[in-house]
Amino acid sequence: MYEFQYHKASSINEVKEKISSLNDPKIMAGGMTLIPTMKQRLAAPSDIIDLSNINELKGISKEKGFIIIGAMTTHFEVHTSELVKKEIPSLAFLAGLIGDPMVRHRGTIGGSVANSDPSADYPSSVISLGAKIITDKREIESDEFFIDLFETALDDDEIILSLKFPIPNKSAYMKFPQPASRYALVGVFISDTKEGIRVGITGAGPCAFRSKEIEKALSKNFTESAIENVNIPSENLNSDIHASAEYRAHLVKVMAKRAIKKLS
Amino acid sequence: MGQFGVGQAIRRKEDIRLLEGKGRYLDDLHFENQAYGAVLRSPHAHAKIKSINIENAVNLNGVLDIITAKDLKADNITGIPCLAKVESRDGQDMANPLRPILAEDYVRYVGDYIAFVVAETKEIAKAALEYIEIDFDILDSITNPVDASKNDSPRVWDNLDTNRVFDWENGNKDKVDDIFKNSELKSEVHLINNRVVVNSMEPRGAIGQFDKDKNKFTLYTPSQNVHLMKTLVSGSLGIESENLRVVSPDMGGGFGMKVFIYPEQILLPYASKRVNKTVKWTSDRSEAFISDTQGRDHVTKAEIALDKNGKFKAIRVKTISNMGAYLSNFAPMIATQAGTVMLTGLYDIPEAYVNVLGVFTNTVPIDAYRGAGRPEASHIIERLVDVAASDHGFAKDQIRRINLIPNEKVPYKTPLGPEYDSGNFIKNLEDALKISKWSNFYERKKEAKKRGKFRGIGIGCYVEAAAGGPNEDVEIIFEEDGSVSVLIGTIAIGQGIVTSYSQVLEELLGIDFEKINIIMGDTDKVATGGGTGGSKSLMLGASAMKHASVEIINKGKKIAAHLLEASEADINFSDGYFTIKGTDKKINITDVAKTKQSDLPENIDASLNTKANSDVSNGTYPNGCHVCELEIDGDTGHVKLLNYTVIDDLGKVINPLIVEGQVHGGIVQGLGQVLMEHCIYDHSNGQLITGSFMDYAMPRADNVPPKISLGFNEVLCTKNPLGIKGAGEAGTVGALGCIVNALVNALEEFGVSHIEMPATPESLWGIINSKQ
Amino acid sequence: MKINVNVNVNGQDVSEEVEPRTLLVDFIREKMKLTGTHVGCDTTQCGACTIHLDGVAIKSCTILAVQAHNRSITTIEGISKNDELHPMQISFKENHGLQCGFCTPGMVMAGIDIRRRKPTIEEDELRLELEGNICRCTGYHNIVKSILNAKM
Repeated sequence: MYEFQYHKASSINEVKEKISSLNDPKIMAGGMTLIPTMKQRLAAPSDIIDLSNINELKGISKEKGFIIIGAMTTHFEVHTSELVKKEIPSLAFLAGLIGDPMVRHRGTIGGSVANSDPSADYPSSVISLGAKIITDKREIESDEFFIDLFETALDDDEIILSLKFPIPNKSAYMKFPQPASRYALVGVFISDTKEGIRVGITGAGPCAFRSKEIEKALSKNFTESAIENVNIPSENLNSDIHASAEYRAHLVKVMAKRAIKKLS
Repeated sequence: MGQFGVGQAIRRKEDIRLLEGKGRYLDDLHFENQAYGAVLRSPHAHAKIKSINIENAVNLNGVLDIITAKDLKADNITGIPCLAKVESRDGQDMANPLRPILAEDYVRYVGDYIAFVVAETKEIAKAALEYIEIDFDILDSITNPVDASKNDSPRVWDNLDTNRVFDWENGNKDKVDDIFKNSELKSEVHLINNRVVVNSMEPRGAIGQFDKDKNKFTLYTPSQNVHLMKTLVSGSLGIESENLRVVSPDMGGGFGMKVFIYPEQILLPYASKRVNKTVKWTSDRSEAFISDTQGRDHVTKAEIALDKNGKFKAIRVKTISNMGAYLSNFAPMIATQAGTVMLTGLYDIPEAYVNVLGVFTNTVPIDAYRGAGRPEASHIIERLVDVAASDHGFAKDQIRRINLIPNEKVPYKTPLGPEYDSGNFIKNLEDALKISKWSNFYERKKEAKKRGKFRGIGIGCYVEAAAGGPNEDVEIIFEEDGSVSVLIGTIAIGQGIVTSYSQVLEELLGIDFEKINIIMGDTDKVATGGGTGGSKSLMLGASAMKHASVEIINKGKKIAAHLLEASEADINFSDGYFTIKGTDKKINITDVAKTKQSDLPENIDASLNTKANSDVSNGTYPNGCHVCELEIDGDTGHVKLLNYTVIDDLGKVINPLIVEGQVHGGIVQGLGQVLMEHCIYDHSNGQLITGSFMDYAMPRADNVPPKISLGFNEVLCTKNPLGIKGAGEAGTVGALGCIVNALVNALEEFGVSHIEMPATPESLWGIINSKQ
Repeated sequence: MKINVNVNVNGQDVSEEVEPRTLLVDFIREKMKLTGTHVGCDTTQCGACTIHLDGVAIKSCTILAVQAHNRSITTIEGISKNDELHPMQISFKENHGLQCGFCTPGMVMAGIDIRRRKPTIEEDELRLELEGNICRCTGYHNIVKSILNAKM
């Protein structure tokens, strides 16, 4: 890695101060993406600001019809949280599929969502559950959050504080892993929310997206067979050595069907 | 027989220190004031080097030296030779350009060696790489071996007319062509044996030291053959071989890849002399992907001719084999003599012809990888047999019964050269079929279909050629403290050989298992050696120990007779004791060994220390039968392996626990290649696409069939005193054909006749989807 | 600019100066000279670097040494007590769970963590829990057996 200075912040204000005063800083959540990137010398921040000491970023709580998860909550904590398991079991299930147990002990929901890796699992749930991304500046709707490959609506100096997940009537997640990395080759998160059916897809495109086609079909008929005739266009889907766009489009339907099957 | 003798599932001596984290792998070795090296590697698949400017790099704080080809030339450091000689059928010599240590005018693959930086810390050495300026003239590259074989292909070597390395053949072409011409029944299959990356969990590394006063170099490096390393490295450095010591510390896996000599192993000692410090280099994983020798990469057309009763008459095989950009030490041999001689497998096929075209491409050099040519051969013949069965209406088991070499024909000489000394091949098949419940498979297949799964079962009868040499010397020394030291030229690569050797010696001489110390891997301590590879070490080592033990017992009898006051003819040796026949007067061998010369008459030598040679003149033929059952998810193409049955004839099994472990490991490397591993180059620009574990799929615990049934049908090898056949590579040799056969069987309703490796979910789904 | 870190390593408090960019695995291997923890990849996948941080399994190649300040780490060298092997180590030896030994410390540390979290885990689930640990020698069969049978 290139050299850098390390800071451990105790408050959001401290983080903001450092971001504005330092040369080329990067905030670090779990480090499960940042550190490997720096090891490969693909990122060279002048300073790293460690968020792990900031209490207001931690914790899982319930507030009326919402589950609120602090940005620095680890995947392991989400996976094993009695509260999440009770209220949004599919989210606990999803968290248990990220990486491996060691990665889950460090990786965080805030870090994952802010990164918008096209094959990360969480973004599909954020979209499907219609979660709000609470930052130090504002609340961002999930539909506006994921923009492109590694690109979100966050400003450069904006920090995610927590994610606010509306508790759905029911929801399910199915993932088909890429055999080497075990990231999502395709992941489909289906939610029957208070506002209707929402379907979030990850792995298939440059970033996670909503599948209006599947939502439409499921809104008429919440069954596996309803998905049969849905056409998932493959034009804008990812194509690489692991899967062609056509195969990904096919897997979207298969995973969607399996998610529905879980719910029946 | 002692409780730690042959045939016992003894827990390994090697384990405690490794479990405690006290292993000493190369990167664990630290020397005071050591410097660090880093290699500058080519980012291009093929380019001319117009200029190298090291000025900015060399002036960085903490950089001690930067070596380029210019420096090597000035000091007469020469390249790395290929040791394999393969003749071409048109009489032309094998193309054999010497492999340079550092690129002179051209770089020929992504990862090729350009410069070597030595610095005070690893970080500085790596940072300095970015300051070396190279002016490249980028040239056309060629990475696909089939395209490379064409006359109009871009050439990897500008001084050669084509990319051809050799065009070799074996067998009787005219007879075979004739048989095919006149055969009613024929079958053909085109197969690719995909390029794979070895990926031992410990990457490569080396430490070079130079002692000015003694004028002696020391090279620490995980090496499967320290004596070969010593010869070739000293040759390159232009020094007398006794001025180089090579030490192989603990090794985190070799699989063949750590047999070979790499430029770093010459650069490290050379650099240490230049900077007058110990210099250390270790590879990280992404560097391993572009510098370790890789495996396989064959494209084959295979044909079989049979009569209407299903009896095989001949096979005809043509293969294009990728050598990579440079010839690694044994690459041409792996593709030809090592592997293709096994193409007739376990079948009684009277005639065979094989032609192998070896070609250069702008890729990482290829060389032996677990099985070294035999998995390739076994994959071909087992696929051919299944295809012939399908084409001409024979059941897959029945066609094997018709053609497997029957016991009465053993020893059996194949048309391609090898003579199988022993084996009960049909029994292996029948036992494997019984255990795997072959006969009612179709019921399970029907049931699986209801769940949307395509279930398949496949057979892989295999025979493999384990090496028979070079012969090993062993030296057995009875130490003063009652322990016994055994010096031998094989190497510990993780295979538990220290335990196995100790069991053999305990069995032969009754010496306490815990008191036996096996000394290997240091050329200053062990004078000669053939290294470890080809599944031969235990066979050769045990044979040498057997010969040594005969001599030791003879010597011991003389001493014991004197000490017990009896005649030599009345002395028996058994279980570690010399006894006067018919009495209970005895003396333990360790006590005999302690006898002082002063207590013996002049004509009796007090020392039991003995040297002996393995004195083997044949390789061995481990063989057996694999049966694999799997299910393919009809919606996704994902494969789940269910049951895996193996019946192995590995000759005398010294330690069944260790041997099972070898077979498990071999099978999983096989399944990795069949289902997920693939080293992929972008053919348009020669860039390596699968450069890390993110894109190169390594099998994990959940990819392995939950049930592996392993049984041994021991038929002693007739060519070495203990009857050992070697176990290290057998699992991989058997797995490829077997698993592919199961996949094809799973999808037979789609009329598919062959499935290429790796059978990724998408490729299998493609077959299912295109026919529905 | 170096930073001072206070870490409890295998029960002993240590205080060292490190650069911020020093990875915890390099701190362990080079500063502490505990070379039982290994580096097998550069993409946080192989698991050879697995240790316990405050009793929980993590990959030491993907965390900075400075992040271990005021925390405790346990490496493979620290799991045996008074010269007695840990039950997981005993099980690996008994069940031939290692061949070359390079992935082994990581497997043992991961195995202990898994059995602590799920004392009665079934084989299927164990195989999934091991997806962060790669072995090239054993084919995993005996590693799974070792972890399942450790008398913890």
